[in-house]
Amino acid sequence: MTIFFDGVAFGMLLFLISVGLSVTLGLMNFINLAHGAFAMLGGYACVVLLNRYGVPFLATLPVAILVPALAGIVLEKTLYRRLYAASELDQVLFSIGLVFMAVATAHYFFGAQQQPLHLPDFLQGQIHLPGMDVGVYRLFLIVVGLVVAFGLQWSVIKTPFGAKLRASVDNQRVARGLGIDVNRVFSLTFALGSALAGLGGAMGVEMLGLDPEFPVKYLVYFLIVVTVGGSGNILGSLYAAILLGVADVAGKYYIPQIGAFIIYAVMVAALIFRPHGLFGRSHN
Amino acid sequence: MSTLSLNKASPDPSGGADPLARYRRSAHWKPLEYLFWLLPVAAYFLFPGNYLLLSQIAITGLFALSLDLIFGYAGLISLGHAAFFGVGAYTVGFLGTNGLGDPILGLVLAAVFAALLGFLSSFLLLRGNDLSRLMVTLGVALMLYELANKFTSITGGVDGMPGIEVKPILGLFDFDMFGRVGFVYSVVVLFVLFWFARRLVHSPFGQSLRGIHMNALRMPALGVPVNRRLVKIYTIGAAYAGVAGALLAQTNQFVSLDVLSFQRSADLLLILILGGAGHLYGGIIGAVVFVVINYFLSDMNPQYWQFWLGLILVLIVLFARGGILGTARQWMDSRRRARAHSRTGEAS
Amino acid sequence: MSAVLQTRDLVRTFGAFVVTDRVNLSVAAGARHALIGPNGAGKTTLINLLTGYLEPTAGSVILMDQDVTRMPQHDRCRRGLVRTFQINQLFKDMTVLESVALAVSERQGLGTQWWRPLARRGEVVDEAAAILERLKLLPDALETTRNLAYGRQRLIEIALALALEPKVLLLDEPAAGVPTGESQELFETIAQLPRDVTILLIEHDMNLVFRFADRISVLVSGALLVEDTPDVIAHHPRVKEVYLGESHV
Repeated sequence: MTIFFDGVAFGMLLFLISVGLSVTLGLMNFINLAHGAFAMLGGYACVVLLNRYGVPFLATLPVAILVPALAGIVLEKTLYRRLYAASELDQVLFSIGLVFMAVATAHYFFGAQQQPLHLPDFLQGQIHLPGMDVGVYRLFLIVVGLVVAFGLQWSVIKTPFGAKLRASVDNQRVARGLGIDVNRVFSLTFALGSALAGLGGAMGVEMLGLDPEFPVKYLVYFLIVVTVGGSGNILGSLYAAILLGVADVAGKYYIPQIGAFIIYAVMVAALIFRPHGLFGRSHN
Repeated sequence: MSTLSLNKASPDPSGGADPLARYRRSAHWKPLEYLFWLLPVAAYFLFPGNYLLLSQIAITGLFALSLDLIFGYAGLISLGHAAFFGVGAYTVGFLGTNGLGDPILGLVLAAVFAALLGFLSSFLLLRGNDLSRLMVTLGVALMLYELANKFTSITGGVDGMPGIEVKPILGLFDFDMFGRVGFVYSVVVLFVLFWFARRLVHSPFGQSLRGIHMNALRMPALGVPVNRRLVKIYTIGAAYAGVAGALLAQTNQFVSLDVLSFQRSADLLLILILGGAGHLYGGIIGAVVFVVINYFLSDMNPQYWQFWLGLILVLIVLFARGGILGTARQWMDSRRRARAHSRTGEAS
Repeated sequence: MSAVLQTRDLVRTFGAFVVTDRVNLSVAAGARHALIGPNGAGKTTLINLLTGYLEPTAGSVILMDQDVTRMPQHDRCRRGLVRTFQINQLFKDMTVLESVALAVSERQGLGTQWWRPLARRGEVVDEAAAILERLKLLPDALETTRNLAYGRQRLIEIALALALEPKVLLLDEPAAGVPTGESQELFETIAQLPRDVTILLIEHDMNLVFRFADRISVLVSGALLVEDTPDVIAHHPRVKEVYLGESHV
């Protein structure tokens, strides 16, 4: 049972990081392979504040959210925007270039080693629930993940911004014609996605580790979540991420020989049976 | 209408009564191409101390050529082309450590196994959308990397497979320690495979690939079974990459895990884009530039190198999309049209 | 007069939206059959269903007495069912000659030949040149497609179709985007096609339709309203209603 919780927690982290990628893909049809870099940025922000300046863990989280958000806004306006109309290939190449630059920069400033992170006391240890012991940290991850997921889903459905977002996803031209500032929607969505990635990266240092290769190491995971969950589909990403997290953790625990290959089996299975995602795409 | 008949009536500057003569000759070898293939010959005499480096250029060029076939011509993007390269390299590794070090045998088997992997993964590639294509190519390569990493006892893992024996080529030419034989061998293999690729690209099959790349929607309406063609070219591209990997293993007599790494796949994309995809020569030119610069900057911190690589890639995508050859061709085309306009301007 | 192309209760839905509503179309051999209807009636969808680009939700497509409903696009094309696209679907970076030569070589079954260059195959190039000549495209033969005017590009669309030696030719608004003078020429070329080629034509210009067609089907909201000779259609009250709104007699 602990395995299951571990898997769900892992899935929550994947969700937090991948949901921005999914929405960006669904909204701007932009394949941003550098998305993991924003998560890494959040992670390093948290670690630097915690280890070098002794800022309490929870207090680092807002920074871990803001820094990637700002970076996202700047990069979106200056670089990404030029490539919305470009071919998928160009977008892929561009984002790979960004990944290279991000990884190299991280190497330069922080070195190649894993960043240590000491969780605050209140997040350590276990809670004794009937039938099982649940790690506090894992529980924290799950709760935050669920709150974010349903918060996002609610705001997409209930708020004016959410309505504008849905309109822009559905039909950009018509949305513009209705007076929706689609460019602003793009910027804010990109920033939000990057912010969430940063949050996931920071919260995930303990579980996912943090080193300069982070964006590359986990790229396949993010891609699987987005593909299986359906681009632009928030709850779809959540379910896909949990599925993937549980499958990966359980696989590595129960069948360690081939545990690392479970995600590839998931990937192949997803492609064979549901090439357009388990939960479909929000638009074609 | 009158300007159009004027175009037709004006004499073809290349001297044929048939205005289509230029097209009919389009597959002929151009003088510049002969010049290009004299370069390795010149290099042989000019740089006798650098045969190992030159071999690396040839091998990387072949690897880039393999990607050009599936990407530049057929339009299939791959984030994991190193998978086939690695399969080829490890095939030679296994053969070499088990007494089957004949080079030609190594090349053939490398091509076969790489082609097999390419064939099998091509079916996954064709299902689903562009995003899943990226995922599949990345995933297959990563999976192989994990596999090789797991069986370190056999593959030697990151430290590499020791003691690969490579027998003399055709029983006559033994690999020498200066890499001279290795260089000639690599260039010959590159040239032969290039020659086949060149014929393929100009053939009806190759033209249909261009058609698929430019407008995949139109092709079935032309009676073309698109998926079948893509499976074929992906398999061929995989085989070529396998041969390149085999060459690496044979000339270095060493294989390690990095033949399967993401870095290798991503660098390859950069090399092809840098030189210009879809021209056949672009990959080789990109390889020359990349390997040479890499060599001169090799004492630099590899992280600096990676940063600039990333920046170059970003800049190319934003500003010089066609790479070296693409931009050159664009420039030549616009000059040709400017000249043609001024000529018809004078004629009327 | 046997039907060379027909549909039986052909249905296509997108969710709750019925785009093709139990259509029973019958195109006779050698016919000059026009398909008309207001915008959004589902004419292009019908062509997509006929060619196999779209799969029907229900019903069947029969080509020359063979049920091709499950047959992929490229196989239908090989059997002689050829279409043009309403919006040009061309090979923008190929020259005109290269594009048509590609179509010719595919028709000749050379698509898997990988050794001899296409450009050196005289039979292919000559045939492509002949087609270009017929459509007066020869002067532009070596020009890159994307550099040509839209009207000229439209001719390439037709050239590609002709290169495939169609038995049944589906033309989706061939004159769309072509200036009026040139569209006359285009139609003359189409009208000059031999009678063993059956033509189904979607067109909005009623002058052209009534001059060209010997049979007209009217599609409204996905369903076939009426199918008859031009004379009958011209005086059909429901057709007038559909095109002109409430009848203002």
